[in-house]
Amino acid sequence: MEYHALHDAPFIFPNDAHPAWSIMIVIYPYITGMVAGAFVVSTMYHVFHREGLRPVARLAVVTSLCLGACATLPLLLHLHQPLRALNVVATPSPSSAMAGFGFIYSFYMLVLLIDVWLLFRPAIVERAHSAPGPWKNVYRVLALGVLEITPRAAEIDRKLIHALSVIGIPAACILHGYVGFLFGAIKANPWWSTAMMPVIFLTSAVVSGIAVLTLLYLFLCRSSRMEPEEECMQALSRLLWMFLVLAVAFEFADLLHVAYEREEEWHVIRELLVTKLRFSYLTLQVLIGSLLPLLILPIPAFTRVASAGFRHACTGVAAVLVLVQVAAMRWNVVVGGQLFSKSFRGFVDYPVTWLGREGLLAAAVVLAMPMLLLWGAMKLLPVWPPNPESDSGVKA
Amino acid sequence: MSLFELPILPMSATSVAGGCASGGCATGGCASGGCSTARPDQASETSRREFLKTATTLTLGAMSLTLLPGAMAGDESSSATTPPGGSHPQAKKPMYGFLIDTTRCTGAGKCLTACRVENGVPEGQARTWVERYVHFKDGRVEVDLVPEIGYAASGEPQPEAEDVLRAYFVPKLCNQCVDAPCNQVCPVHASIKSPEGIELVDTDRCIGCGYCVQACPYGIRYMNHETNVADKCNWCYHRVMRNEQPACVEACPTGARVFGRIDDPDSEISKRLATLPTSVLKQHLGTIPLTRYVGLTDEVT
Repeated sequence: MEYHALHDAPFIFPNDAHPAWSIMIVIYPYITGMVAGAFVVSTMYHVFHREGLRPVARLAVVTSLCLGACATLPLLLHLHQPLRALNVVATPSPSSAMAGFGFIYSFYMLVLLIDVWLLFRPAIVERAHSAPGPWKNVYRVLALGVLEITPRAAEIDRKLIHALSVIGIPAACILHGYVGFLFGAIKANPWWSTAMMPVIFLTSAVVSGIAVLTLLYLFLCRSSRMEPEEECMQALSRLLWMFLVLAVAFEFADLLHVAYEREEEWHVIRELLVTKLRFSYLTLQVLIGSLLPLLILPIPAFTRVASAGFRHACTGVAAVLVLVQVAAMRWNVVVGGQLFSKSFRGFVDYPVTWLGREGLLAAAVVLAMPMLLLWGAMKLLPVWPPNPESDSGVKA
Repeated sequence: MSLFELPILPMSATSVAGGCASGGCATGGCASGGCSTARPDQASETSRREFLKTATTLTLGAMSLTLLPGAMAGDESSSATTPPGGSHPQAKKPMYGFLIDTTRCTGAGKCLTACRVENGVPEGQARTWVERYVHFKDGRVEVDLVPEIGYAASGEPQPEAEDVLRAYFVPKLCNQCVDAPCNQVCPVHASIKSPEGIELVDTDRCIGCGYCVQACPYGIRYMNHETNVADKCNWCYHRVMRNEQPACVEACPTGARVFGRIDDPDSEISKRLATLPTSVLKQHLGTIPLTRYVGLTDEVT
């Protein structure tokens, strides 16, 4: 009889009136998801040799690095004692799932950083010789003082890139699966507490990574007046569709299980879905974010109908919708899980504010920062693959 | 071997010496007048290998050191919470328990004011509260919070007596779980258990992440909006260490709140626990609360 009569006698515990986790905790898994997802795309080329993804392979790792560099920002903004943030790595509690973040994140970023450096080393060294004026010194620093690459060094680099990509796959999976575990391990909250949470987070992460890369590729091609490569667009569409099918299947399998078994928490979750989350879950996440792209994506992924421009537009629209889906999913999990009181007798509101450390404006800035970083990185590094003829031995 | 005893690898010297000893010179390096010009790629690779070795060793050493303060933090916390006048650290610590007798609570609200004053609890947040359950004759069950100033002074409209089947009050406070989820999830050892089994917050260590607030199934924890750290009922630990009763227990006019040593068979709480049927909140979660209730109904969450 714990979960009953939510609307008959609304009553919330006094400390439940204000949700403890804000929009910053929505953004945190959103960004880390893209980090992991973008990296997975790069490994599709570097490890699994999906040649179609060659045009975006370098862009993927740089995007992942730029997103990763900003992944801790929302956490810092959320912490009530941000100056003590490093306590998480200085005095970690072994029993806490959250304590692992610093180590998992640092390891992943280290792998990513070395991967990016090795991948771009030929270009950096080349520019250290040819760049004009002060830029030469910038590239000398980036080259870490090693200004020539012998064929043997290039061969070692190639092997290292492969090894790091292989290591990076489980690292990326752990990074984001772990974020899901943070929520799934909270038994106090029936909306969060499920063993499926890491898997759900992981698949949606890959989906968001592919979507953001697709949009970046389309945008960069358009801005540099290039035609997107047909093979690459098709490969991205297929990947996006496949992982979206998985993500949606896992999300609904979990919900269906709770609903069909009429587990005791279902009464709370049902009320939550049809009242507080009616728009963000049913409309945004399910209809607009899941079903529409699932219907649109097969066109560019599996057919050659209409013009290439039309198919690319389909992929682009689907990618935007998928990003909306993942954002809505993060919102529904993080905020939705705090919209009912632990009394299970009433709901609370989440006050969305524009200003302040945890307001919408700050959230927009945090989301924009990885893109700014990426813009800077693209000024420094050539994200487009080199011509195969001029390839210096390192797989681009 | 401590970090400071680790051999510091002389990078450049090692790579040059290593090159000569391994016969690198014989390939023509020395003959041409210098090891470094013999095989530049080999020299730079050796140097890079040594650099990676040193960097890996130092990184692993630093990572292992970071674990030490964590372990030590727990020790510090334990020693810091040893009661004044307490005997030898190895001596058996008293075990405390809390009993709520809902059949005695009249919703006076004295405990609420006492707690707020004693612990400086900010307005709008609560370490303890009292819920009123009203069962109406038409089957409805309504729950609300007992106002600190009492129902009469609050001026709130009250249900008509003839419509009510039965009503009772349920005080809530920290359950001091033996297997406390809030303690488990704290990433920085800011949630600590005193030697007496009382869950405390180390306000100097808390980073304010709010994970413990999410993990508490009873809604007891909150982010104190004045101190910006997690806060919760600690059974007035500071008073208990002075052999005093928690403020809410002292203020309760009806004896609905009973606190004492459960390892002492002569204490009032032990006697009442021995004679009254009691239960705990959300037993299915397996947190093993030390706060027990008399007269708990199914409606109470």
